[in-house]
Amino acid sequence: MIAAPEFQAPSRGGFADHDLMEVAMGPHHPSTHGVFRMNVVLDGETVVKLTPVFGYLHRNHEKIAEKNSYLASIPYTDRLDYICSMTNNWAYVLSVEKLVGLGVPERAEYIRVLVGELTRLFNHACLAGFLLQDMGALGTPLMYAFREREKILDLFEALSGSRMMCNYMRFGGCRCDLPDGWLEEAGKVVAGFDSFLDEFEALLSENEILRARSQGVGVLPRELAVNAGVTGPGLRASGVNYDIRKVDQYGIYNRFKFRVPLGARGDVFDRYMVRILEMRESLAILRQAVRDIPAGAILDPKAKLRNLRPKPGEAYGRIEAPKGELGFYLISDGGPAPWRYRIRPPSFVNLTVLEDMCLGHTIADVVIILGSVDIVLGEVDR
Amino acid sequence: MLGRGIIRGLIETGRNFCGSYHDPARLTTVQYPEEKLPPQENARTIPFLVYDGADPLAGLRCTACTICEQECPAHCILIVKDTVKKPDYLGKMQFHPKVFDIDIAVCMGCGICAEVCPFDSIKMDRVFELARDRRAMVFHKTDLAKSNEYFREIHPGEAAAVDVARAEEQRKAQAKKAAIPAPAPAAP
Repeated sequence: MIAAPEFQAPSRGGFADHDLMEVAMGPHHPSTHGVFRMNVVLDGETVVKLTPVFGYLHRNHEKIAEKNSYLASIPYTDRLDYICSMTNNWAYVLSVEKLVGLGVPERAEYIRVLVGELTRLFNHACLAGFLLQDMGALGTPLMYAFREREKILDLFEALSGSRMMCNYMRFGGCRCDLPDGWLEEAGKVVAGFDSFLDEFEALLSENEILRARSQGVGVLPRELAVNAGVTGPGLRASGVNYDIRKVDQYGIYNRFKFRVPLGARGDVFDRYMVRILEMRESLAILRQAVRDIPAGAILDPKAKLRNLRPKPGEAYGRIEAPKGELGFYLISDGGPAPWRYRIRPPSFVNLTVLEDMCLGHTIADVVIILGSVDIVLGEVDR
Repeated sequence: MLGRGIIRGLIETGRNFCGSYHDPARLTTVQYPEEKLPPQENARTIPFLVYDGADPLAGLRCTACTICEQECPAHCILIVKDTVKKPDYLGKMQFHPKVFDIDIAVCMGCGICAEVCPFDSIKMDRVFELARDRRAMVFHKTDLAKSNEYFREIHPGEAAAVDVARAEEQRKAQAKKAAIPAPAPAAP
């Protein structure tokens, strides 16, 4: 009887003594949240190397903004992070206001806080829905989140004329005043959102499968998060108390009472939970803003929209966008368009630690780790 | 108890499922082509040109000043000035557009043209379902011209404010005209 020869896999460059497989995940993959590609090297199911490849949605935003006037860049910023157009507007107008030295009327500041926090609400609700969809809770949580989001988008449409591409803020204020009855509607949405969050948490936060899938997966250590420049809920989930609303207190955020939720372990579950808690804090801010909003002008009379030619200089305006620190760096040479226009996108910077979070996990975990980073490719590729 | 969270979640799903039969807050879907939501007053899609009177082309408010063309972020507007001037509603001699094209395939509906127009001529429409052949997506001024009555119908608040402001300007212009004494008849 002849023994069968033992199977010997060909060796590949020293990684291991058996075959590694390289998989191009994306760009057309339902779980990559857009046109994003990961070149994953797999040992069986375990990730040994991961290279993010992006640029598929590059639209030359920065160069276009250096040709157009300052006003004409506002609608383009809507299309950066196309889920949160209001906060993108805000970051851009904030940096132009710094460049020109403009003030903002009281009422406009309150409106900005209102729409900014509403944006944070539906961004986090959508992220939670998408993340749960990535974990296999197909459809149901996402649709519940979208149902709530739709109510906020209706508010935005009544206010600015468009659901997603709001183009609402202007240097020195906002484009138009709140329509009649808008505040009451906003108050109702805010009141209803609390019960939605309770429902959403009852639906999933205690779910054993969700916990088993997300706890201890994709841990982002505190030091790495700080060194890589991660911002937003991802950083706070790793236990770093850094929220630009508290650090910079831009606008009128020093008037509102709210807490900054922090995570302890920095895994996927913490990133999910920090967002849920942040929504609760946003609701607290919204309730205070709806209560305190004063009457008055919404645009600074000194504001100049057309033919804006700021004096030569530079300015960096940053805000706490739902995904992290969103900053616009502008250099003016005195001309009608910025000489240099640079964006610091939170999605892009948060994505740089993706490989460190994924190594050693299975390919199914890569999907939820990417989901918990919360990226929008419009902002990553610009 | 293991599985308690799953059961709680399923109770929530069941509540939503049963609720969707009687609670409109739990069933928000609109069956789109058959049912449509009422449009919001502020809703905007693509721009249109307002005209007064009966003739769409003769009554255009546009004076071909090209401010919208310069300010358009997507550069989708093309204006060619006419060579002759015609009197506008204040009796002032103004140019009119010979060509006024908007490429609605490029237009992103931001509304900046309507915002910067000093003549209240270009406003935002709320039409949608505009799919058509690529060449037909360049709208000429004949496609873009829509009456002031239509403007009043889709944006009642804004149109009323514009009408009041224009009537006021017209009144002032007429008062100014009347204040200038007619030239004295030449001596025989």
